[in-house]
Amino acid sequence: MALTRDQVKHVAKLANLPLTEEEEVHYAKQLSQILDYVDQLEKADTKGVEPAFNVIPHFNVFQAGETQPSLSQDEALANASNKKDGYFVIKGVFEE
Amino acid sequence: MNITQLTLLETIKGLKENKFSEEELNKAYQQKIAELNPKLNAFLVTAEGSKGIPVAIKDIIITKNIPTTAGSKILEGFIPPFDATVVQKLKEQNIRVVGKTNCDEFAMGSSGENSAYGPTKNPWDLTKVPGGSSSGSAVAVAADLAVFSLGTDTGGSIRQPASLSGVVGLKPSYGRVSRYGVIALASSLDQIGPFTKSVADARQVLEWISGPDGYDPNCTNSEFSIFNFQFSMKDLRIGLPREYFGKGLDEGVEKVIKDAVKKIEELGAEIVEVQLPHTEYAIAAYYIVLPSEVSANLARFDGIRFGSSRKNFGAEVKRRIMLGTYTLSAGYFDDYFMKAAKVRTLIKQDFEKAFEKCDVIVGPASPTVAWNLGEKADDPLAMYFSDAYTIPANLAGIPGLCLPCGFSQGLPVGLQILGKYMDEETILNVGEIYEQATEWHKEKPPLSPAKERNI
Repeated sequence: MALTRDQVKHVAKLANLPLTEEEEVHYAKQLSQILDYVDQLEKADTKGVEPAFNVIPHFNVFQAGETQPSLSQDEALANASNKKDGYFVIKGVFEE
Repeated sequence: MNITQLTLLETIKGLKENKFSEEELNKAYQQKIAELNPKLNAFLVTAEGSKGIPVAIKDIIITKNIPTTAGSKILEGFIPPFDATVVQKLKEQNIRVVGKTNCDEFAMGSSGENSAYGPTKNPWDLTKVPGGSSSGSAVAVAADLAVFSLGTDTGGSIRQPASLSGVVGLKPSYGRVSRYGVIALASSLDQIGPFTKSVADARQVLEWISGPDGYDPNCTNSEFSIFNFQFSMKDLRIGLPREYFGKGLDEGVEKVIKDAVKKIEELGAEIVEVQLPHTEYAIAAYYIVLPSEVSANLARFDGIRFGSSRKNFGAEVKRRIMLGTYTLSAGYFDDYFMKAAKVRTLIKQDFEKAFEKCDVIVGPASPTVAWNLGEKADDPLAMYFSDAYTIPANLAGIPGLCLPCGFSQGLPVGLQILGKYMDEETILNVGEIYEQATEWHKEKPPLSPAKERNI
């Protein structure tokens, strides 16, 4: 399975990953090699086999909806690079 | 008496009997770190202090007010506002965080070379890798820079560096230890465990860090308690998987492992051959499951609440995010992620069938001894193969112990002991009996010469 450079660009966009042109070329090659390798799974007979997304069958583990002490606003904001009036500054959704 | 060579249990005993003070203990380790860390690059940051038992924590586990980077430039300057549950639990046992250890960026790597802060060196030979991803945690214990350390194991990141650096490493069962406060790599595989100077120490640390905290829904009702240690291998059946002794296994390593198996047999255990026929698919399944989960987990690094721009991710991290985004993308999910999840079931069933015939499974932890720095740095597939014997246990969720069992080409070889789900007790028993009957764990790397012990 060979990945084209356009596919690499598309995947990088989905992953929100800024890549240089050099990286696009490099990853097209390396990812193709890895995909070639994982393609051997086709040989494994999985007819009628249930998938294991997790090894322990836990479903819907709940916890009580109680209020607990949490970080202060200052603590929560301490590692943000851009903040204003006690809030995180994020990228605009409708405008930059 | 050389304080820094003592095991955790010996250190606790020494303190209790006033053979040395906590101040002396901390000073001794501090000196050792000042002397050796510039050569080894095991610690990214150290914290001064004179109280408590000095312990090293992998930099992927967050520590309140101590910078945590996960080996990545994207988290440079990040200062966590709280402690991970495992750190909190250790602090209740009079443990002091002596420093944060170097690791492959976000735990992605098998050599320690993917750290944005330079590679950690192997104390047995400074031109070799120490294994990874928990490179600094393995080396900190191997070179006596900490009494013990914590690492994480997603595909072998505790057992493989333990093997290459010559220390004890334990990956507990999936769900045994809460991962609250650990920066997630692949959530269906990640586990936290200790690197120690003895098997008994690993048992002690597991008791301290295991059990639910209400914040990791996969960790419920899983406290590990120390039972009476049984001092006999009689009645134990040791499974030898043919698949762990095939192509790719270095001859020197194979010889050392077979000698260790012979020793275990002499100690009274019965050796039985078992089969794990789907082992050959483990790496392929893992490199679909892991990158897929990585692409989801690392989406949180958006540079808004913490960290910087995503362009600051290193090459391997970008590679795995790309791979995972692709395998999860529209049209490919069934071919890749679903197929890998089914193969994962087959690998889990392999172990279940094998454990009908034996109590533990024994084999190598790594197909080779430590390799040269730079040797596999730009060949991702070659690097991935170095985890061939550790990955299956993560896919199946079972516990694995690695302990020193000899040398090949002057470099340490580790014996891997795999157990049934939630049966750390038996693998620790087998490991401890083997350890007591051999001298390998007493060997020290040339950087910290082995001197006569007075304790």
